[in-house]
Order: sequence, then C-alpha cells, then structure tokens
Amino acid sequence: MDSTAGAMGTIAGAAREALGRFGVYGGRYVPETLMAALLELEAAYAEAQADPAFHAELDGLLKDYCGRPTPLYAAKRLSEMLGGARIYLKREDLLHTGAHKINNALGQALLARRMGKQRIIAETGAGQHGVATATVCALFGMECVVYMGEEDMRRQELNVFRMRLLGAEVRGVGAGSATLKDAINEAMRDWVTNVRSSFYILGSALGAHPYPTMVRDFQRVISRESKRQILEQAGRLPDAVIACVGGGSNAIGAFYEYIPEENVALIGVEAGGRGHGLGEHAARFAQQGGGVPGVLQGTYSYVLQDEAGQIAATHSVSAGLDYASVGPEHAMLHDSGRATYTSATDAEALEATKVLSRTEGIIPALESAHAIAEVIKFAPRLGKEKIVMVNVSGRGDKDMGILTREMDLSGDATGTGKVSAR
Amino acid sequence: MAIAFKKRPGLVIYLTTGDPDLETTRLMAIEAIDAGADVIELGVPFSDPLADGPVIQRASQRAVLRGTRLEDVLRVCREIRAARPQAGLLLFSYLNPVLRMGLEKFAQAARDAGADGVLLTDMIVEEAEEYRRVMRQAGLMPVFLAAPTSPDGRLQAIAEACEGFVYAISRVGITGTQAELAGDAEALVRRLRRFTQLPIALGFGVSTREHVRALGEFADAAVVGSAIVGLIERTPAEQAPRAVGELVQQLCGGAKTA
Ligand SMILES: Cc1ncc(COP(=O)(O)O)c(C=O)c1O
Repeated sequence: MDSTAGAMGTIAGAAREALGRFGVYGGRYVPETLMAALLELEAAYAEAQADPAFHAELDGLLKDYCGRPTPLYAAKRLSEMLGGARIYLKREDLLHTGAHKINNALGQALLARRMGKQRIIAETGAGQHGVATATVCALFGMECVVYMGEEDMRRQELNVFRMRLLGAEVRGVGAGSATLKDAINEAMRDWVTNVRSSFYILGSALGAHPYPTMVRDFQRVISRESKRQILEQAGRLPDAVIACVGGGSNAIGAFYEYIPEENVALIGVEAGGRGHGLGEHAARFAQQGGGVPGVLQGTYSYVLQDEAGQIAATHSVSAGLDYASVGPEHAMLHDSGRATYTSATDAEALEATKVLSRTEGIIPALESAHAIAEVIKFAPRLGKEKIVMVNVSGRGDKDMGILTREMDLSGDATGTGKVSAR
Repeated sequence: MAIAFKKRPGLVIYLTTGDPDLETTRLMAIEAIDAGADVIELGVPFSDPLADGPVIQRASQRAVLRGTRLEDVLRVCREIRAARPQAGLLLFSYLNPVLRMGLEKFAQAARDAGADGVLLTDMIVEEAEEYRRVMRQAGLMPVFLAAPTSPDGRLQAIAEACEGFVYAISRVGITGTQAELAGDAEALVRRLRRFTQLPIALGFGVSTREHVRALGEFADAAVVGSAIVGLIERTPAEQAPRAVGELVQQLCGGAKTA
C-alpha cells in the first residue's frame, strides 16, 4: 500500500499544477487518442471561464430555467426530534430535473456548444445526470447518447423513461457489474471512437483533468449560495456541512467555499452498503476494507480493488453512490484531514428516507438519504447552539420503485406524522 | 533478447495472458514466434479495459475470472524467454495492476522475467517522468502510443520517450478488427518519421494479410491483436497454439491454411 502511494507520489510530486493535481491525486491517465480532446477542452474551458458572456448565460439559465438559488431551509421538526444541533437543509432537490446534476450538465453543454460539438455523450448511475444531460440537450437541440449499466436501468427505470422522453438514446451496458463504472468505460470507448465530433459530459468530479476541476467549479454554486444564506438566516457559518459522496460532485460543491473556514467541519458520507467486505459497499475511505490509491478511468485517487489491482465490485442500494473510486479532490481533503469521511449503510439510508419524509415532508433521493443518515447520528451529539448544514442533493421520486421493494410500510401508517428515531 | 524487426513489415502479436489459460498462452506465444512473430505483447488482463473493443474485453474478463494476476503474466514471460531467447517480449498493461505491485518492484520483476519493454495503455508522456526513470534503471524499454489525433508537438515528445519502437494507432478508436485500414494511418506514420529513427509499428484494426502487406508500404511493423484473440476465443484450447501459428504464418505471407 505504501509503495503504491509512494510510486505515484513521486510522479505527482514532479508534475505541474497544469496537469490537474490535487496534492498527489488527480492527473491524466488516458489513452493517447483522448489527449488532444482533453487539451482542447481545457483550453476552451479556460477561455469560457474568462468570458463574462459565458457566465452571464450560465447564471441566467441557472436562475430562470433551473430555479436557482435553491432554498436553505431550517428543518425545525427534524432538529427537534434529534434534540441536538439546529439542522439546515440545502435544497438541491428542488432544482429542475430533481438533483444538483443539472448545475454541471448545463455548464458543460454550454461549453460544448461554444466548441461547436453537436453530439453529446454521458454516463449515468442513478439516472439523474443522464436526465440532466438529456434535458440540456433538448434545450440546445443537441444529439444525446447516455450509457447506463443494465443493473442501474432496472433499479432506476423511471429515469430511463424520462431520458427517452426527452429524446436521448439510452444504451445499456451489461459488462462487469453493469453499474456506473461500467457505464463510464463504455462512454469513454464511445468518446475515443468519436472524439472529433463528440463532447463527453462527465457527471461527477471524476476522470482526467480538467473534469474534476471543471465539475467542481460548476457545482461550487451550492456553497456560494449556502454561505450567503446561512449568514442571512443564522448570522454565522455552520459548524459542519454534510454531503453524500458518490463520485463527489455534490459534496465538493457543498464544501468548496467552506474549505478556508477552518471552524467548519466537512463531512462526506459514502455508501456503507450491506457489509465491510470488498464488494459489499462503496466506502473508498473506510479504514477496514476500504480503497487504496490507484488509477481508474483517468485519475489517481482512492480505488476499491483487490490485491492484484483488479477493480472491485461495489454495492449500494443507491445507484449514484455505487462506484469504486472517488473524485481526486476528496482524496486530497481526506489525506490532509480537512474533510472527514464516514459511511451510512443501506438500512440506515432507508430509515433516514423515512425519517426525513415524515418529519419534514421531504422525500430525499437515496443518495442524499446517506447524508441524512449521518446527521441523524451526528446532530444529537451536539448542543442546541450548534448548526449543521446538510446538502439534499436530490429528490426521491426516482427511487419509488426501489423503495416499494425495500420498505414495508403497511404496519407503521399511524397517520400522526410521527416517527421514532431508531 | 531485443526488439528487432527482421523482415519488412515486422510482426507484433498481442495475446491476453491467461486466456484460455496460462499454459496455452505460453504455447501460443512460442508457436507465434516460430511462425514469424518478431515481438509478443503479453497483455495483462484488467477488469476495466477501457481502450479495448469487445473481443479483447471478453478475453480480459475470462482471464480475470480465472484469477490471472500480474505475477502470473511475469511467470509466463520468463518461461517464453527461456524457450525463445531471441524473441522480443513486451508487457502490455493498464496502469493500475502495475501500481498495485509498485513501479519499482514491477520493473525489477519484469527485467528478471526477461521482458524487453513495457507499454502502459493509460500512461501518457506528461505523467511518465517517474515511470521512465524506473524503466531506464531496470533496463526496460518504454513504448508509448501515438494517435492520429496527437498534434505534432505531442508526437515529438512521444517519439522521444519511446525505446525499441513507436506504437502508432491506426485509427481513432478502440481495439478491434475492421475491414479496411483507416486513412489516418499513413498520415500518422509520415508525421512520426520526422521525429524518430525508431521503427514504427502500426496497430488497432490490423487483422488480415492484406492489411499487413498494405501497411508494409509505409510502416515497419504490424501489430495484430483482436484477430488473434478472436481466433483463440473460437478455438478449443488444445488446438489454439497450432491455429495461432497458422494465422501468424498467413499474416507473414507464408503458407495459407485450408
Ligand atoms: C441525487 C444524487 N445525489 C448524489 C449523487 C452522487 O454523485 P456525486 O457524488 O457526484 O454528487 C447522485 C448521482 O447519481 C445523485 O443522483
């Protein structure tokens, strides 16, 4: 383990900031065929970033089309029930298409249009990024192909239908465990083959440079807003910010503006799945049975893998967290200790879904429910003067199929709107 | 042991190690060498071969499921080296299995196994400083991929980083067979020549004697992968070495099989 990290650490030490390094993590490990496209993308992104017209159009659409700013909501009943810190929810679930994913999909689609690319490729796990991408492609009249693992198509079938309704072509991927990782492999193969005409809208803060930086920049709006909102509403910064971590895009967006604020704890929540063994979870940062630094799909970060360096299977009840690696900026925040990473099990996430639904009338996405599960454990340990902010990355509509299979509500419909914390 | 192309065009044969099994890989490599292959690329099977088409993906998956590890590939390499001291042997891998073993440890083991060089599919020149140092120290030749999409500046850096030969990708895309050689190929080889004296081998989509003959007009060697791996997939293990030998002979322009 040490020699692995050490070997790449030396490479990274010599590498320049221009290669997209987060500490020793990140970089660009791709087939040569993609390099010209990545360099072109990097240049186009830098140019767009410096162009006020690009920001004006993006901000305008985020506001009028997507519904930003999203509310910051003081969750009084949840706070009361837990009897500890005051809890605020950042409501990314209220965005158009139902999750934070559209912040990034919109930004990248605008960039694709600027670069004259008419064909869009995307991968999706829970289907939220696929839906967001299909949506912006409809908006801009672009061709859209979305790769999705067949297992994910089954468990998020509503989103498959939404993408098709929006005019996108959804291509099922049966390889491997037929989940997010396999969809990314297939999207990258498509991109390698059609690189001259196509733009790959990657859905999380993953992959080769410049994606982790670019996706983070497009998601940063979450903490930019929440910081202003919490100052308005509470008169001070939160004591902690909690977000779920799949590839890490909603978390990095929710954390980013607080990174320099040392008194704000940053807590990422991974998928604890159904056990500690390799293949039973997607907790890359877990002490026991967790990941080791390595390279998957273009970037150097923590990767769940076996002793031979084969990528491990993962499991989570939530398709959006079911991934063997994690964005490289999180790997850096983990090693530096600036952020801490914990996990919630499938069962805890399902319970948290119920709790938030019944205390606040908000049904979170199963991914977001992992963050709620952590606040259920964390808030009671703090005094009432403390403030904890949770990013509700998406809404649970897409999960009704899974929830009807996983939950039996017949016995606990009391009609009182009460719920017990277990 | 060295990488040298004795005829023109030379021939590089890719095998996914461990498919159908390690012993058959060893036998197939020896047959291929005896039938005229100058270099054998011993592929390290990986769970997520994102630069590969369906044929090599399937082979890789079969080999991974059988539990083939990098150590096993190195052992097969040593055995082939012992049997055929003159053949060129190149280890062909994605980065992660190599990182997991540790770069230094891998380089020592590869040298001890008699490998001449290494090609890492997802290693680009900008990231390769430490990798090249470790390869140099172990006396191994790093080979990098050059793509039709690579601008001249990158081709120059790639050509300068390569030892043994330069691997030019014949087309924009993943591995796999195709009916015709891509028009991209000749232009790429021509551009590369300006930056290097090394032999240039052309791969991806090269699958027939006709392709090999045609690319011999402008490149120094052909790399054949999916056509071989596909044949292995269709052939019972005990017949695979002979079938591979016959295909290699045919690719070299020798006796045709029935
Ligand atoms: C609602 C929601 N939250 C979170 C995620 C996880 O992705 P990330 O970690 O990039 O935010 C997803 C991914 O599909 C999602 O749909």
